[in-house]
Amino acid sequence: MGENQDKEEPKKKSSLNFLSRIKLPKFSWKDFRLKTQVGKSMFRHGYSDDEKDRAMTVLTNVFFHLHPVRVRKSGARFGFTWCAGGLTFFIFLTLVVSGIMLMFYYRPTVEYAYNDIIALREHVPFGIMRELHRWGAHAMIITVWLHMFRVFMTGSYKPPREFNWVIGVILLVLTLLLSFTGYLLPWDQLAIWAITVGTNMARATPFLGHEGPGAALLALGDIQLIHSGSDVRFALLGGRFVGEAALLRFYILHCVAIPVAAVILMAVHFWRIRKDGGISAPL
Amino acid sequence: MGEAIKAAIDAFASPVSIFVGSILVFAVFMTFPKQCTTRWVSAVFAVLFLAFFAFGLTDEHFRGIVTKPDNVPIVAMLFIFGYFTWFAMKKAVDNDERIAKGEPPWEKTEADEKVMVFPYLIYIEFVVALFCSIGLVLWSIFLKAPLEEPANPTISPNPSKAPWYFLGLQEMLVYFDPWIAGVLLPTFIILGLCALPYIDRDTKTSGFYSYAARKMPIMFFMFGFWILWILLIIVGTFLRGPNWNFFGPFEVWDVHKVVPLVNINLSEIIFIKWLSQGLPSNWFLREAPGILIVLFYFAVPPVLMAKTVCKKIYEKVGPERYGVFIILMLMMLALPIKMFLRWGFNLKYIVAIPEFFFNI
Repeated sequence: MGENQDKEEPKKKSSLNFLSRIKLPKFSWKDFRLKTQVGKSMFRHGYSDDEKDRAMTVLTNVFFHLHPVRVRKSGARFGFTWCAGGLTFFIFLTLVVSGIMLMFYYRPTVEYAYNDIIALREHVPFGIMRELHRWGAHAMIITVWLHMFRVFMTGSYKPPREFNWVIGVILLVLTLLLSFTGYLLPWDQLAIWAITVGTNMARATPFLGHEGPGAALLALGDIQLIHSGSDVRFALLGGRFVGEAALLRFYILHCVAIPVAAVILMAVHFWRIRKDGGISAPL
Repeated sequence: MGEAIKAAIDAFASPVSIFVGSILVFAVFMTFPKQCTTRWVSAVFAVLFLAFFAFGLTDEHFRGIVTKPDNVPIVAMLFIFGYFTWFAMKKAVDNDERIAKGEPPWEKTEADEKVMVFPYLIYIEFVVALFCSIGLVLWSIFLKAPLEEPANPTISPNPSKAPWYFLGLQEMLVYFDPWIAGVLLPTFIILGLCALPYIDRDTKTSGFYSYAARKMPIMFFMFGFWILWILLIIVGTFLRGPNWNFFGPFEVWDVHKVVPLVNINLSEIIFIKWLSQGLPSNWFLREAPGILIVLFYFAVPPVLMAKTVCKKIYEKVGPERYGVFIILMLMMLALPIKMFLRWGFNLKYIVAIPEFFFNI
């Protein structure tokens, strides 16, 4: 110990010593929060750790107030919820942010799409936004299934939460559709053929797909109403095969239509958790 | 030695052995959940799984498929869901023991106590979000997102696969036509999930992990999730090669693998094999036996089961809910039934009316 102190002595006498003599105004976060008008205008609660102040922390913060002020101890346990639903939402936010970044670089046309992805890789050194977006999408599917699995295993879908479970099922389907529509956008072989395989199923939709059972029955005399240029697959792709129109449709579905629907349903889903009595517990 | 083990595994692997084996493991796990979640048994399971995985990684072909960027999530999912299934069942069994002793479940002991969301819950959420972010960033740094050659509508890769989360549906195409595998069954999965809380509504058993109190729903759900969804994804992703032929985990995907097409329709079995005559030219006459079987499947077992094995359920939920439940259950079981018919009797279609694209 003594030796170390001796060694540090000369350091204090170094040429940088003058820095310690400069009197910088001391910044205190606490003072900023409680004493300045700016700080007081940002946060509507105090700084103490009593229950009233902690309640105000949740009530006066738009992000925290998705929560109630107090929750059952059993429901706050990681071992009970696995945080799977919250994690799904968190990953969704990550995907929104990284997705917006990607939109700056990407043009949804057959001419540019693939090259823009290449450019993204070449022109943005150390960029991981595409990776974050792709792996985040896979992770979100896993967490959303995990959330459903947890809710099922705890019997939390039962009344009064049955309608929220239904909304959850729709959100799960939307999550899969979000990932599916995004899969086409890089416009490489992997993308176009995965979407081709996926959308080929729509051909076989009963009555509405041109190779589906019953489609032949929908005819006016000799005129077939359902054919490859009018069936549900055509509506989905905007054409008879995965091409320019399909890319644009999937882009808009992926970036605008499905996210908007998902956000609205998420709002309902979160709101209903509280209206239905919070995180479930034994009666 | 290693090669011999691989050859043996490949020789043994087939859709039949994998499904039957998995269903057996599933049945053992659901019958003896207490014994299966003890420390030793679960450790042995985990070690066996990890050992197989580690051994597999020494094989070039296995490694190539498992570490394909878009397949990595499936591997991660297997570990995650394996762990959480074990975790949930362990908690359920613990609670069941407490209830059997007359004590309340764990959750009940803490349910009346409330904690402040800030900081207790928000702290947990923050830490979990932090670890999730770190994990995602590391994953993104070390694994580049795949990008293949530019899209070319004239060259279709063999095999062409849907995104991994839909591969269960693509695997169903082996056994059903697209209108069932790609449209009808997914619709029924969604409708079935939505209908669940309107059929199983006993609130006395909600809000805590339990197996004994909710045996039936948990068994159905786990079977649907693990066997008919996850297992199909695994088979579809890792074990289906060119032309959607089945390959063992260490078998090289040979484009020229020849698989005899020996599947025949029910009408052919009945009219040609049994009655030794040609197929009737009238499609309705030809398919009448198959149509009768399908109608029988959806009409008779529900009535019989309502009076025997499902009597309790019928009395508990009433005729309407029982009707919905039994139709959903029969739709779900149609898949394994069709699989076993295919494997056992090379049955292609029960009803085959290609005139209307109507094949079952």
